[in-house]
Amino acid sequence: MSDQHDSHAYWRATMGLLTKVLIIWALVSYGAGILFADMLNAVMVGGYPLGFWFAQQGAIYVFIALIFWYRKKMNEIDRKFDVHEE
Amino acid sequence: MELQTTIYLVVGLTFASYIGIAIWARAGSTSEFYVAGSNVNPVMNGMATAADWMSAASFISMAGLIAYMGYGGSLFLMGWTGGYVLLACLLAPYLRKFGKFTVPQFIGDRFYSKSASTIAVVCLLIASITYIIGQMTGVGVAFSRFLGVSNDTGIYIGMGIVFAYAVFGGMKGITYTQVAQYIVLITAYIVPAIFISLQLTGNPMPQLGLGADMADTSKSLLVTLNQVVQDLGFNEYTTSLPGSKLNMFVYTLSLMIGTAGLPHVIMRFFTVKSVADARSSAGWALVFIALLYTTAPAVAAMARMNLHTTINPTIITEPNSIFNADGSIVYQDRPDWMKRWEVTGLLTWQDKNDDGRIQYYNDKSSDPAFMQRAEGAGWKGNELSVNRDIIVMANPEIALLPNWVIALVAAGGLAAALSTAAGLLMAISSAISHDLVKNVFAPNISEKGELLTGKIAMALSIVLAGYLGLNPPGFAAGTVALAFGIAASSLFPAIMMGIFSKKMNKSGAMAGMVSGLSVTLFYVFAHKGIFFIQGTSYVDLIGGPNSFFGITPEAFGAIGAGVNFIVAFAVDKVTKAPPEHIQQMVENVRIPRGSGAVTGSHA
Repeated sequence: MSDQHDSHAYWRATMGLLTKVLIIWALVSYGAGILFADMLNAVMVGGYPLGFWFAQQGAIYVFIALIFWYRKKMNEIDRKFDVHEE
Repeated sequence: MELQTTIYLVVGLTFASYIGIAIWARAGSTSEFYVAGSNVNPVMNGMATAADWMSAASFISMAGLIAYMGYGGSLFLMGWTGGYVLLACLLAPYLRKFGKFTVPQFIGDRFYSKSASTIAVVCLLIASITYIIGQMTGVGVAFSRFLGVSNDTGIYIGMGIVFAYAVFGGMKGITYTQVAQYIVLITAYIVPAIFISLQLTGNPMPQLGLGADMADTSKSLLVTLNQVVQDLGFNEYTTSLPGSKLNMFVYTLSLMIGTAGLPHVIMRFFTVKSVADARSSAGWALVFIALLYTTAPAVAAMARMNLHTTINPTIITEPNSIFNADGSIVYQDRPDWMKRWEVTGLLTWQDKNDDGRIQYYNDKSSDPAFMQRAEGAGWKGNELSVNRDIIVMANPEIALLPNWVIALVAAGGLAAALSTAAGLLMAISSAISHDLVKNVFAPNISEKGELLTGKIAMALSIVLAGYLGLNPPGFAAGTVALAFGIAASSLFPAIMMGIFSKKMNKSGAMAGMVSGLSVTLFYVFAHKGIFFIQGTSYVDLIGGPNSFFGITPEAFGAIGAGVNFIVAFAVDKVTKAPPEHIQQMVENVRIPRGSGAVTGSHA
């Protein structure tokens, strides 16, 4: 990367994305799966108490979606700042 | 066909395929040996990572643990998958861009210090060697149960197989056998789960079956299970939590950052072609891991249900009948699978009240009304002890599935243990040949010489792992937790700071690693003895068990990581900033462009 200014902007964009990813990551596992699990258990989804579902199923599905979303967004950022691989 | 013959056939076929792949994928250069020439397809690498990661513990033990812990077992599910989000976003792409063979090499180069790299090697060796003991004993158990050979013979066969593809194929051979092993292990896990889910709920997908109604009723499986376990004095399944919420929180965090910091997992991402591939490969790895990890809780709950309804056949329809004289089965009439597992000692029965029937309940229930009824029924304590590891292994037998399914589970357990053992051996031998021999002792070694050194290191590591498997040190049980604690408290923070802090210097990083590691070991040893030697624990010295806010030693890695970060930044503040070219290097690691082939040159 030639331009120092661009490099800062690129890193800021990256950190912005990482912050979003980590907030969602924490919300579904530590939030829905642990801290608020008892509250969410009052809601039944099919035969699942919702808090229990997050802890044993839902969090994992969200993790997968998060990684692929991150990959897509990150590739966009790479292109925007012209630092993608050839 | 006889069960034993079927098992020989299925296991033999899978082993033949591993050997075949080994012959096809021989390593001719150090690049092929260490990183499979870094041109592995990202989906393939995802599969190999999944097999690398899912060990005998995931395959054999996890569902059993969840069956007994209920909701509390979720910490394994979330902890061992959530780490991949961290790996995908925070570590893997940047380490791939850095483009070197090993994790200690990143730490050594980034912190411009051979001492830093050597500390990382020590952390890596302790973490990987403790982890591998569990795999080798797992291989021994699986062989002896299913192939009817002794434990020791089982370990020798396992060593021979790993030797064939790891020594000659290096990372290349390991990668492609892991792909085959993944396919074997996931089929072996899911097929019985589908059958059992169908039997209990009529839904073939275990993930949906767990949330479905019991077959022929309109009551959900989980609600029914909650009632069944509470009728027997246990805690409600969907909320039961051994320990505190805080401990569950910290434990989950420790497993997540420990997962992201384990070198044998990280180095799998050096084998893909580009930074973009490293990102997607982590996603694919989690997809393949999730296939097992979302099935496991269903297997757990259904196995728990099957176990209770086997012992107390009328518990669902008439809960009160369990206290009747004929409420539980007569020992003489127990099913065949129980007899088979009694032979192994993993299932035992003791007739405490001499009624010839099996009482299986929580004799330490906190519910006084239940205890009173149990006493009134003449129960003199729980009579059946079931080892948790049986849950997965005996599952097909409990559900009366055909012989080929039982054989498949045997092959799956072996695939899980062997694939993880091979990945760990790769991490160990590359740290020795590349980070110690090449970096410290013989910098001028030729490529050919290093390749040979790598193969010798691999062979010696296999012998060491085999020896530890044959003579497991008394501390074998506690070791996997220790591996996560070490990875979480030493390696993960060091790599993170190496990427995300341009100003972090070598003194800060080294002080951080050493203090994170020490504080974690101090807490673990306080509970389990110094280096797990019996009688040397000093738990009273730190104010009793779990004295740090009720955190158990297994969960302490996250606290160690916190200490690592704090010490590192404090020391960094008062010491000299890293040289300009290192800061430049960090800049460069942060952008994908210019990622080349992975090389081993020590900059």
